[in-house]
Amino acid sequence: MSLHRITLKAGADLNGFRKAVRQLVAEELAPQHVVFAIDDAPGLFGDETVADAPPVSIPKGVARLIEQVVCHHDPERYALLYQLVWRVLNGERDLLEVASDPLVHRIDLMARSVRRDLHKMHAFVRFRRMQGELERFAAWFEPEHYILEAAAPFFVDRFRSLDWTILTPIGSMRWDRAALAFGPPASREEAPDGDSFEEGWRGYYESVFNPARVNPTAMRAEMPKKYWRNMPETAAIPGLIQTAAQRVERMIEQEATMPAKRTPERAIQAMWDQEPKTLKELNAIIAKAGPLVPGATQAVFGEGPQHAEIVFVGEQPGDQEDLQGRPFVGPAGKLLAKAMKEAGIDREKAYLTNAVKHFKFEQRGHRRIHAKPTAGEVKHYRPWLMKELELVKPKLVVALGATAVLALTGKATPITRSRGRAQLGPYQGYITVHPSYLLRLPDEATKREAYEAFLDDLRRIHDLAQADLDTGELPLAAE
Amino acid sequence: MDEKLSKKLRILADAAKYDASCSSSGAPKRKADVGGLGSTVGTGICHAYTPDGRCVSLLKILLTNYCLFDCAYCVNRRSSNVKRAKFSVDEVVTLTVEFYKRNYIEGLFLSSGIIRSPDYTMEQMILVAKKLRRDHGFRGYIHLKTIPEASPWLIEEAGLWADRLSINLELPTERSLEQLAPEKDGASIETAMAQMFERIEEAREERRHFSPAGQTTQMIVGADESTDADVLRTSAKLYGHYDMRRVYYSAFSPIPDSSAILPLKSPPLMRESRLYQADWLLRYYGFDVDEIASSGEKGMLDLDVDPKLAWALKNRHRFPVDVNRAEREMLLRVPGLGARAVDKIVVARRHTMLRLEDVARLTSGLKRAKPFLVTTDHHPKARLDKLDLRERLIEKPEQLSLFA
Repeated sequence: MSLHRITLKAGADLNGFRKAVRQLVAEELAPQHVVFAIDDAPGLFGDETVADAPPVSIPKGVARLIEQVVCHHDPERYALLYQLVWRVLNGERDLLEVASDPLVHRIDLMARSVRRDLHKMHAFVRFRRMQGELERFAAWFEPEHYILEAAAPFFVDRFRSLDWTILTPIGSMRWDRAALAFGPPASREEAPDGDSFEEGWRGYYESVFNPARVNPTAMRAEMPKKYWRNMPETAAIPGLIQTAAQRVERMIEQEATMPAKRTPERAIQAMWDQEPKTLKELNAIIAKAGPLVPGATQAVFGEGPQHAEIVFVGEQPGDQEDLQGRPFVGPAGKLLAKAMKEAGIDREKAYLTNAVKHFKFEQRGHRRIHAKPTAGEVKHYRPWLMKELELVKPKLVVALGATAVLALTGKATPITRSRGRAQLGPYQGYITVHPSYLLRLPDEATKREAYEAFLDDLRRIHDLAQADLDTGELPLAAE
Repeated sequence: MDEKLSKKLRILADAAKYDASCSSSGAPKRKADVGGLGSTVGTGICHAYTPDGRCVSLLKILLTNYCLFDCAYCVNRRSSNVKRAKFSVDEVVTLTVEFYKRNYIEGLFLSSGIIRSPDYTMEQMILVAKKLRRDHGFRGYIHLKTIPEASPWLIEEAGLWADRLSINLELPTERSLEQLAPEKDGASIETAMAQMFERIEEAREERRHFSPAGQTTQMIVGADESTDADVLRTSAKLYGHYDMRRVYYSAFSPIPDSSAILPLKSPPLMRESRLYQADWLLRYYGFDVDEIASSGEKGMLDLDVDPKLAWALKNRHRFPVDVNRAEREMLLRVPGLGARAVDKIVVARRHTMLRLEDVARLTSGLKRAKPFLVTTDHHPKARLDKLDLRERLIEKPEQLSLFA
């Protein structure tokens, strides 16, 4: 039987190889009857069109391996891959699992070499800004294998907003911020010969080198010399190696010197005095930080006298609160104010705040829909809340709803089970529902009932605040 | 790039280089938005290597090397006479963006000396990250060093902008910290690590961004009297309690204008390298600290052979191991067989019986493995018990330091 000759295009001809495999498998041609040739003259390939044979079903792993190995520069790559395909289709479907098989091993080494070259291209390409162009960059690079197309997505994903060109001896590519175009092989002269940041970069490279750890072998293993000529920083290497020993000796010989400056005692003292001392200072810190949740136009701070006896902690500001920059001014806040009044609590004397200081919402059309903060988000705000309470030093802290309980204790607790007096972190506390819960109830009867229960809670809160909590002398019996 | 900025960059890169951490790994894969800049790839990329063999992945700099702390091992301690400089927030942002556009770096690793106050310093660092993300649509990698003495809310903020946070423990015991780093306090370091750990876990569960590449730390080796066992015990605790992604070990190295309380000598590079190997055994090979410590003497690892080989030499009764039959756990204990080679062996032997030449294709450590394993055509027999086995397996030291 005569040898069957397959001619493929120069470079990584994945389509050509795929077509050839379909044809060869359809004709049941074993690898020993096939030779693969590569047509090095581009353009001459053409009229020898092969009819499409039916697709061949191969395991995903094999297909992935083929995609990588066709990029290898070894002319034998197609023959080796066809041997692999042939064996996989003829009784050794799991052949790739036998990593110790000589063919699998060899192809795996080739794939690894291609992946490494790709990785090194992603790492070692150095763009230079093109003269007279604001945001246009070009680079010259010499890959070992035919990896230009395989390397492209990385650069597009990363430098989407730049206009860049990569020139290589095996082809070129340009991204113009919208589309990628491949072009013919290029020469080094077509790339810019310098960039204004290269000297700074070389200076950086020199400075991060530690002469006491000099180890050129380890460097060359990861950054082989063949890449050096296209990397501006490598010009520093010989000098760095040469002077390393001397630099270290000097450091070792140099005796410890007395500090030239006096000990900056006052600065050190001041350094530890960073804690906010007033609510105003704390609020300034919160405002400067900006939201830790998505949404929110401004921070909504707590409100009330600095040393209020009762602190009410809600969940987070709502739409109205966010716009006005004040807590409890929306519908739920109004309901709370009404209930407080009925229970005999002077709103002006209480301190009202929220666990989360920003309105987290989702935009739906023109409406901003309240989005419940996650446990993690509540905890982001916790250090501020703790500081706030530390500054107010209340006698009693009231948690309105589950989020407040989570914020105050660090643990999620259902309201139904914990309603009433409770220890909230270091504070004597009381747990009740959030007034917005009352607003959400569907029918009037339950609403009224729930409101009464809420009112009862507020009356007890009022009484508790009057009592001496430390001696436990309560006007009402504790549960 | 103007000369003043270049000069500052030299000073503040030099000052940052004693931090061994270089990785840009672990961030979720991201791509640049339209008009934005930057992406992340899971494993990170090393864009260059310096002649010490170390990877240059991130622009690793200090915001400033002025510092009010006086840690004896640190080149930037307040009593050191090194040259000082300070970047503005905008300068760091510009450097990061311009270096990134030229494909020099994966992103930024920002640390700082403590100036004015821990809070002030931390706020400035967060501001850099925020500006990169918000003003430049920067989606590359950001690693921020956390200052444990800063207020807790700053950690909450930092993780929203950074891919990785880290606090360097620097010294493995509280006693050494007291001696060499008078302003530092082990308890506040651990509190901050615990806070980061909790937030990182919660955010992962809630699918939100908060330091998605986790946290890391570093310990200096050779500046104090701690043994390798001390160091590894601390590491095991850090991995266990705070889910550290990496503990870096940094051989204490001569620094310009060093402190009088630390005698200068060549950095213990071999010790550092053995600690990394032991660390690997701890995390991926099912060893515990006591087993590793028992492979050496008096809490110090054997410098001549790697810790797995050292353990095997002291536990010869557990060998030889049959590659065609042994459990994965035991294969992992064979010197010269890495976790990947073991996985390949386990899969391949479902289809075939392995000979020695097959194993040779799966590992580059066959020389070390051979006395400890059995294949269809190989058995070490009495060779395993020979007294000179250790001597024969000692690798000729490569050029590891100038002082060898």
